[in-house]
Amino acid sequence: MEKLEVKKLNHSFGFTEILRDINFKLTKGEVLSIVGPSGGGKTTLLHLCADLLDVEEGSVTNTFASSAFAFQDARLLPWKNVIDNISLGLLANGCKKAEAIKKSQEIAIKFGLEESDFEKFPKDLSGGMRQRVSFARALVVKPSLLFLDEPFSALDIGLKKELQAILIEMISKKEISILFITHDLMEAIRLSDEILLLKADPGHIVKKFSYSLAQNERDDKYVYGESAKILQDEEIIDTFELELK
Amino acid sequence: MNFVIKILKDFPAYLWSGWGSIASIFLFIALWDMGNQIYGDLVLPSPLETFQTLWLMLQDKEIIGEINTTLYRASVGFGVSLALGSILGLIAGFFVTASMMSRPIVTILVGMPPIAWIVLAMIWFGMGDETVIFTVIVASFPIIFVGALQGTRTLDGDLKEMAVSFKLPWHMKFLDVYFPHIFSYLFPACVSGLGMAWKIVVMAELLATSDGIGATLGVARSQLDTPTALALVVIMIGSLMFVEYIILEPIKREVELWRS
Ligand SMILES: Nc1ncnc2c1ncn2[C@@H]1O[C@H](COP(=O)(O)OP(=O)(O)OP(=O)(O)O)[C@@H](O)[C@H]1O
Ligand SMILES: [Mg+2]
Repeated sequence: MEKLEVKKLNHSFGFTEILRDINFKLTKGEVLSIVGPSGGGKTTLLHLCADLLDVEEGSVTNTFASSAFAFQDARLLPWKNVIDNISLGLLANGCKKAEAIKKSQEIAIKFGLEESDFEKFPKDLSGGMRQRVSFARALVVKPSLLFLDEPFSALDIGLKKELQAILIEMISKKEISILFITHDLMEAIRLSDEILLLKADPGHIVKKFSYSLAQNERDDKYVYGESAKILQDEEIIDTFELELK
Repeated sequence: MNFVIKILKDFPAYLWSGWGSIASIFLFIALWDMGNQIYGDLVLPSPLETFQTLWLMLQDKEIIGEINTTLYRASVGFGVSLALGSILGLIAGFFVTASMMSRPIVTILVGMPPIAWIVLAMIWFGMGDETVIFTVIVASFPIIFVGALQGTRTLDGDLKEMAVSFKLPWHMKFLDVYFPHIFSYLFPACVSGLGMAWKIVVMAELLATSDGIGATLGVARSQLDTPTALALVVIMIGSLMFVEYIILEPIKREVELWRS
């Protein structure tokens, strides 16, 4: 069984403690979200899980066959056009050039990019377009585990919903497992099997919320209802310092 | 291959954009002619006389031979600088210690006046090709070295991380992630290195050899043959402008389209 398991993970940058005693487990086909305030260490945690930072204390065990990362800042290669950026991961996996380009074009269209954008360099794209290219680059390799660091933060509601729908379809088919970071509680509720609440200074998990209804059966009513519930939660109010009026 | 075609395709448009520069060249020639009318033929021959001399010189086999000698020395010197400079610059850039150690050496190389190198080279190698080539190398090597070093030092850590996360094999890492960035530093460095090589080769020849454009310039000076001296200067500047504006600039434009 493919899984990602984090045990007793601590992390510091210099003398600043960023993460303390993080434990969780993500198994095949699951979606795990991490929500928390800005600067709470979410990106750091994701980088540790994806082996982009060295684990200092505790352990991260990743047995997933393949993984891909969509970064918070898109991190596109400035000297490559949209299609060449998307096909990067495919080419790295040994895919043939022509096939990689074809797949990249398909996914670009699916993600709402126009054919006239294909030849553009990242400097000529909007922030949201860059995010979509970065997300497409991660998804086109069909990873078994996907790391998402706020991939929808620069998109309008319509696009957000479309991309979420693509993810939900993949989730329902159990094609993919996701470790997902977001600020948006509704988005987390729509997509996740489990939500971890990460409180800052230092980052530690204070609460878990589980949702058992299948993602493709969650309608707006369900999401709004659950969001209203979660916003009443003491820990959430405390973590995000929400004022009750 | 596509790339070469693209450069050729955009070439006419690029040439057309050059009218401004051509106008400024003509303005310069007009000023030159004015100088001739004020100071007389001996001090500053007229542009017409200079270009006539130039025309005659270009039909003279001997002069062509001198030009070829100079071209040979400059190319060997620049070629060696290019190869050594980029390889050593890359290595120094990838290792922090190496880049720290190389800094004072670069300062010495850059800070030492070329004329001092020429004197030393004359003592070490005598009068001949080696002296000239050596001087060209010491003058243009540091420029290219620093370009390669800075290109490598300023690689974007975020992009490196991205490359790791997609498990790019080493050749893709180099070609797709590192090289374009390094090249954007190395290319301008090469252009200035080339200019430097071309200037230094003439100076070294004037002082240390009996052939080449520099030596011919020396002979013209001793005979007070100002038109020949000016014609030689025109050859030097003309060839540099040709390489820079007709060959290198269009390449640079194409290569750096992605820059904002
Ligand atoms: N390389 C680093 N060196 C030193 N400190 C760092 C480094 N990276 C992050 N930090 C610090 O770690 C803390 C957590 O950063 P992180 O990027 O993980 O936050 P985040 O939860 O992702 O925030 P956001 O939601 O705004 O993206 C911040 O205080 C940040 O200053
Ligand atoms: Mg972050």
